[in-house]
Amino acid sequence: MSDKLLVSTRKGLFTVARSGGIWEIEQVDFLGDNVTLTLTDRRDGFNYAALDHGHFGVKLHRSTGNGWEEIAAPVYPPKPEGYEENDMWGRPLNWSTARVWSLAAGGPDEPGTIWCGTLPGGLFRSINHGKSWDMVRSLWDDPKRRQWMGGGADLPGIHSICVDPRDSKRVWVAVSTGGVWFTEDSGASWTLRGEGMRAEYAPPEQAHDPIAQDVHCLVQCPTAPARMWVQHHNGIFVSSDEGKTFTEITGVEPSAFGFAVVVHPREPDTAWFIPEIKDEKRIPREGKLVVTRTRDGGRSFDVLTKGLPQSHAYDIVYRHALALDEAGERLAFGSTTGGLWVSEDAGDSWACVCHTLPPVYAVRFA
Amino acid sequence: MARVVFTPNIQRHVICPETQAAGRTVGEVLAHVFADNPEARGYVLDDQSALRKHITVFVDGTMIRDRTRLADAVGETSTVYVFQALSGG
Repeated sequence: MSDKLLVSTRKGLFTVARSGGIWEIEQVDFLGDNVTLTLTDRRDGFNYAALDHGHFGVKLHRSTGNGWEEIAAPVYPPKPEGYEENDMWGRPLNWSTARVWSLAAGGPDEPGTIWCGTLPGGLFRSINHGKSWDMVRSLWDDPKRRQWMGGGADLPGIHSICVDPRDSKRVWVAVSTGGVWFTEDSGASWTLRGEGMRAEYAPPEQAHDPIAQDVHCLVQCPTAPARMWVQHHNGIFVSSDEGKTFTEITGVEPSAFGFAVVVHPREPDTAWFIPEIKDEKRIPREGKLVVTRTRDGGRSFDVLTKGLPQSHAYDIVYRHALALDEAGERLAFGSTTGGLWVSEDAGDSWACVCHTLPPVYAVRFA
Repeated sequence: MARVVFTPNIQRHVICPETQAAGRTVGEVLAHVFADNPEARGYVLDDQSALRKHITVFVDGTMIRDRTRLADAVGETSTVYVFQALSGG
């Protein structure tokens, strides 16, 4: 079980460690800076942190054990002279990294390989621990990519990357808004997956189009990779065939809307979610912050409340801000209002680590 | 050669000392500066080598107009200031 958390916030990176049964803030890095995401690469122990300096752009830093060093950030290729592409708002699309929205380690047979998803939709790969990055042009140049749209952000982006634990060449990425994409040749070619998902906000003729789906988060069970879970803009969907088809889980209380999902590492039917009132409001229902858990593939859900605020809680938990450790026992999540909670019993009960953090963007076990 | 001065706010992230650089345009001058200080380039220019959205450059007190090609003229004795835009209350 993991004893350490990396908590990315609007005002710095907080390392939270367990000592004597208590989780406490152990260290703060990049204080005052906007840290949006981290990755702990379990193959070598390196940590990566994405920072958004606003005026000065998006940067990546790496720690190999002795402090942080800035490394290369993904850079979009030169936009061809005369090439015209507008975003969904009619403005010229700037081919420039607007946000690092996903980081994932490659497989055990490819040390140093890191995948990086960005806004406005570029997927990048490094084969040297982030020393340099190459855009995956096959996906960027796919004509269908121009159908991707902004969801919560003005621009589309890749927020989820799943590398097949059985075969590193097989990778799934998920786009908001643009569905689930799959490669089985390390990114040389891509196919759109995700039949069965439904976009209730789209015109009827597009509602079931896989490219119209606003996937908020995609996760894959490491020991049963055919099982994938999606927290979608208007619901929860589950796949048992590697994302080719999805089934909607209906009747989820208090809500099927949310951003985050995690799946148990050995029990593909067990997954956790953090529900909110759907998009018009985006607050916990009745001011009660809860976690939902299914252990039977979505047929039923436990509503977990012990240790969580049950009145006047307005915490939103973003898609990368819910984490599960490799043992499947410890969970942690952080909220937009600066709360951080940890569970050591698979979500049955929660302890508040801090409720005065800056807005939390990502929580990861290190 | 032009004198090039960077905003103090960038120094927290990447050291950009005042320097002298040759060039007839803002783009040429900055290219020379970044040749000697490549880490600074991505803090000022975006992936397409245009000025980042909230960065601005003044040449002898006049804000440049060409933020994409950086073609505004620079004189032999000009001073080029690289600033970030400030906003908020």
